[in-house]
This record gives sequence, structure tokens and C-alpha cells, in this order.
Amino acid sequence: MTPFTPSLRHRGRPRLRYLGALLLLGLLALLAACGNSNSSSGGTTTGSGSTCPSTKQLTGAGSTFDNPLFSKMFQEYPKVKCGINVNYQAVGSGAGINNLLQHIVDFGATDAPMTNDQLNKSTSGPILHIPITIGAVAISYNLSGVSQLKLTGPILAAIYEGKITTWDDPQIKAINSGLNLPHKNITVVHRSDGSGTTSIFTHYLSAVSPDWQSKVGAGTTVNWPTGVGAKGSSGVAGQVKNTDGAIGYVELSYVLANNIPYALLQNAAGKFVAPSLDSAKADAESFSNIPADLRFYIVNGSGDNAYPITGFSWVVVYQNQSNSDKGQALARLLWWMVHDGQQYAQTLNYVPLPDTIVSKDEAQIKAMRCGSSACYSGS
Amino acid sequence: MSQERVSLSKARQQWLGWQRILRIQRPGDLFFRGITLLFVLIVLGLVAGTAWILISNSLPTIRRFGFSFLTNKAFDPVHDVYGVLPAIFGTLMTSAFALIFAVPLGLGAAIFLVDFCPRPLRFVLAFLIDLLAAIPSVIYGLWGFLVLAPWLHNAGEPWLQQHLGFLPLFAGQPEGVGYLGAGIVLTMMILPLIISVSREVMLVTPIAQREALLALGATRWEVIRHAVLPFARVGILGGVILALGRALGETMAVTMIIGNQANEPSLSLFTPGYTLASVIANQFGEATPGLFLSAIIEAGLILFIITLITNILARWLIASLQRQAQGSRGGRP
Repeated sequence: MTPFTPSLRHRGRPRLRYLGALLLLGLLALLAACGNSNSSSGGTTTGSGSTCPSTKQLTGAGSTFDNPLFSKMFQEYPKVKCGINVNYQAVGSGAGINNLLQHIVDFGATDAPMTNDQLNKSTSGPILHIPITIGAVAISYNLSGVSQLKLTGPILAAIYEGKITTWDDPQIKAINSGLNLPHKNITVVHRSDGSGTTSIFTHYLSAVSPDWQSKVGAGTTVNWPTGVGAKGSSGVAGQVKNTDGAIGYVELSYVLANNIPYALLQNAAGKFVAPSLDSAKADAESFSNIPADLRFYIVNGSGDNAYPITGFSWVVVYQNQSNSDKGQALARLLWWMVHDGQQYAQTLNYVPLPDTIVSKDEAQIKAMRCGSSACYSGS
Repeated sequence: MSQERVSLSKARQQWLGWQRILRIQRPGDLFFRGITLLFVLIVLGLVAGTAWILISNSLPTIRRFGFSFLTNKAFDPVHDVYGVLPAIFGTLMTSAFALIFAVPLGLGAAIFLVDFCPRPLRFVLAFLIDLLAAIPSVIYGLWGFLVLAPWLHNAGEPWLQQHLGFLPLFAGQPEGVGYLGAGIVLTMMILPLIISVSREVMLVTPIAQREALLALGATRWEVIRHAVLPFARVGILGGVILALGRALGETMAVTMIIGNQANEPSLSLFTPGYTLASVIANQFGEATPGLFLSAIIEAGLILFIITLITNILARWLIASLQRQAQGSRGGRP
């Protein structure tokens, strides 16, 4: 019996194992590198028209919300006339803006418009905002036996402020007369990572609750008065699913793709509306006086069918393009994205841009300057 | 004459000394020395560069908020006011929790593996524990998020509250996610590290020392207490420090289960909280240039400083332990 003999063999082996791990790591890195180069060199055909810009590739970075739609668009774009490869990195809206300001990318994509502060940091003149798609935010909840829950904006704000803490609160009961609401604590779930979804949601709460606006305000990250934070749409949805009595906000495309229960929300016209591509589009269409720079939150629209927690996602570009050829290629790409590119929105659970917005986008694209002339010269 | 010889030998000694320093007669050694020196300088440069980048990029918030950055609870990009008190508290709290549970557990497991475990089982167990250490942290996070948090919310935390609710540790509303969940996940993550390192250093305890004690009629426990642990404690402490480093900096798993809410520091383990690493992980993607980005980088700087302080303390502790050990050994006849 030699229970405590130090074994030399034993001590030698970990080194081998680490070597193996290192090799595996290297292999993975190699694979990842291959994957990248494949995706960025996927297209083959380039338009042969004599007017096509000679730029072969454009790069963009930003919103993760846009990524599935952009992936599809940029997969299709090389196949159209003058179409080229577009390399898009879903690094997050804030990082996309940073990359644009540092001239690392040709365009940024963001779910929250740039602030005046950020615009002032530009070293290359004005930056244009071009709404590229519309997102809506659904209110997801977990209450066994309760479906078709109705909520109003002020109640939602009070829940997220921690003022309404149980599901059988008189205010919630008053608008849900048919439902048997349990006496259960509400677990408020919010995004922990900065996010355009949070930006749209908090702008809505600010629009319907002066109290929220003064105490918390709106942005991609806010100082939440209560609740728990979860990372990403999947994190919030998972946390809600795990927790009986939870409420959370999740972007509509995620809710539609995963069949998550959602609440009906009272809109500005007093109707209770379910979140859907149509009701989000109705909200966008209900705004007639959007400012010319298109930095605008389309929350709480006036239409009967409008779903109130709705917002744009923008592409941001420099108005004055330093490289004319690249500028022309970029203008062509953007023009295609707001027109033909929109056909891919619906199937991917994105809201296609209404015509009223498309015409405003056209004006923005036409305002891009390549030297002394406009970048866009017709397709 | 004798003086002359002394000075001659002194000069010779000096020459030999220089030779040793310069390695004149061995170009291979010189080359090797240069290369290794270069490697060390690269490491030093990396540390200095990291510190410089962290400091220079967090200057805007350091200038604006100064010390209040450490004591302010709100991390509020909307109003451009930043503070990381909850995150500092959460970082220390969860790491302390993990160490309190992982060190005795890990030591006990290591002692069993070294001294009591039947040989075939020891091989299997050691392998499994090493495997545990190799699991990526995101897997621990997923387990925490999908399995542990719901269980804590529905069963674990209500039970603790019912039976131990008089303690401030178990007050408040059970949320599932929070310090408790994060602490448990961290405990699990650092446990294999502590076991592996402790086992390795215990294995190299000189057999003569063990046998000497056994020959004196010591029990197994006395052998461990008087031969193994004194011999291994410096190494064990090293393992604990490695584990603490991992706990302080762990990002993904903690972010998934800590609740990410900047609450007032509270003793309640049920409180959803924040750690410095998860502030950075959560906010970096959407951080916009200016105070916001600077605040995140300063959070990184604070984490860097906390790690530095714990490492210095640990080195000091190890050094004093070693001195103590040498002193006591030297003192004996």
C-alpha cells in the first residue's frame, strides 16, 4: 500500500495536455480565419455597366439588430448590377458609430441616432442619418394561466420604476377585467448590455411618463431603478421564461421567431394593439412631420393600428465623401438597400420601410457629395 | 608580499566577476541571455502598455469625477454621471464568497485524492477534476443561467429565507440571479484550480517526512497536519491566488447570472448586482466616445488595480510564509 507515492508519470502529463489544447486553439483560430475570408469573398459577379464605380468592397459596422437583415442584403447585393461585396461587422451600434468617426468603416449602422455631441466629434463634416429598417419592441411576460395581458404605457413605466410591484395591482386589474391575476411579485427584466432595443423602449417610456423622463430618461443604457439585467434579447427572453412573474422587453423579430408570449399595449389612440410587422409599420406611417435630418423616435404614433414601441434603425454616412469612387459605390448600395433590399425584410421579421420614409431616405442619399457633384447618379 | 597577493587575487576575482556578468567567453550564453531578457522586457512592456492605455483613456472621467467615481452608485449614460461602487462591491463580494467555499472544499478534496483515495479511483477523479478546469466559462454561465438561477428562484432561495431568513445574508426578495448564484458559479469554476494545484504540491512532500511521522505513531491526520500542509502551504497559497485572480476577472459566466443591476451594496446574497468585469462586458459595445467610454475604461483600470493589490498582498504573504518556514527550519538543531 503506497497511497502517497509521488508519481513522476503523473506530473508529466499535464504539459502534454496543454500542448494539445494549444494545438486545438490554433486550429480553431485557423478555422475562424477561413470562415471570415469565405464570407467576405462570397460574391463573384460584378456588374459590367460602364458607369459602375471601380470600388470592389465596402465595409460597415454597427447594430447587431440589423445583422440578420444586412447579412441577407449583402449576400444578394453582389448579384445585382454594379453590386459589390459588403463586409458588415455587427459590433454594436456604439462601436459602429466609433468606427465611423475613426474612419475605420465606410458606413455605420445604429439603432439610436447619433447625439449632437457625437456629431460634433466628426472630423469630416456632417453625417447623414438614413433609416434602413424599423424595429419594434414587444413586452414579454411569464404568468402561468394568463394570456392576452393588456398594459398601458404609464403602467409599464410604473412597473419599470418599481412603483407597481405585484401583478394584482389595482391599476393592472382595472384594464384586465377578464383575467385572473395572481398576487405575485413582478420581476422586472431589462437588458444589461447597451442596446438599441433599450433606446426605443426607454424613449417610449419617456414619451408616456413625465416621471420616467425626469428620473431615468432614455438611451441605449439607462440607470435602471429596479429589476435584473440580462444580456441580449435571448438573455432577457430566457430570464422571463425562467422566472414566474417576470416581465421583460424583447425586440419583435426575436419574439416572432421564437413564439414568445407578449402583452397587448394601449396606443395613443386608446386601442390595445399586439406587436406585429403591420402595427409597427402603421406606427411609422402615422408620423407626417419627421425632421429633415431623420434623427427621430417614432414612438407612440397616432394611428388606430399603430404599435407604440417602434423605432428606426439608421445607417450613418459622411455627407462629404473624400473618395469619389467609393462615395458613388456607397450611394448606390444605400439606394438599393432602401428600395430593392427591402424585399428581404418581411421574411426575416423586419418591418419594411413605408413609402413616406423611403422618399425621405432618397433625399438623404441624393445629398451625399462626392467632390463637387452628387454621389448618386441614378442606377 | 602578502598584500601584493591579496590585491592580485582581488583583481582576478573582479575579472572573473566581470566575466561571469558579461559571459565574454561564451557567445551562446550571451545570445540566450539576450533572448530571455528580451522576452522579459516584452512582458514588462505589455504590462506597462496596458496600464498606460487604461490610465490615459480614463483621464476624462478621472478629471471629471475624481474619487466620487468609486463611491457613486449610479452608472448613468443618459445624464453622463458615472460611478462603479456597486460593481466594486460585487466584484469583491462574489470573489470572497467563492474563496470562502472553494478553499476548504478544494483542500479537502486534494487531501482525499493524495492520501486516502484508492489508486484507480484517484486517476479517474483527478482526470475529471482537470476536465472541470478546462470547461469554458460560458458553459458555467449557461448552466448558471438555465439551471441554477431558476432552481435558486423557485426552491433554493425561498428555503434559505424560510430557515435562515433572520440573517441579513438571506433577506430580500429571491430573484434567482444575484450574488448567491454568481458566488456559487465562481466557486465551481475555481474549485478545480485549487484542487489541482494543491494536489500537485502535496504529492511532492518528501516521503521521508511522512514516514518519519508515521514511524512516530502519528495518525493520518497528524501526518497531513504536520508534514504535508506545512510543506505545501506556499504552493497551496499560490493556487488560491491564481483562483482569486480568475474569480476577480471572470466575465462571461458572472455576467450571465449576477443580475447586472447597480443596486446599493447590500449584505443580502439575493440582491442582483454587478461586477467590474461585467460592466465592461455589458457596456463596451454600445459605449459612445466621451465620458461613457472613459468610464468603462476606468472600470477596467480599477479592476487592474484591485488585481495588482491582491497580487502584491499575496506575494507578501507567500514571502513571509517562506521566511517563517526557513526561520523555523534553521532554528532547529
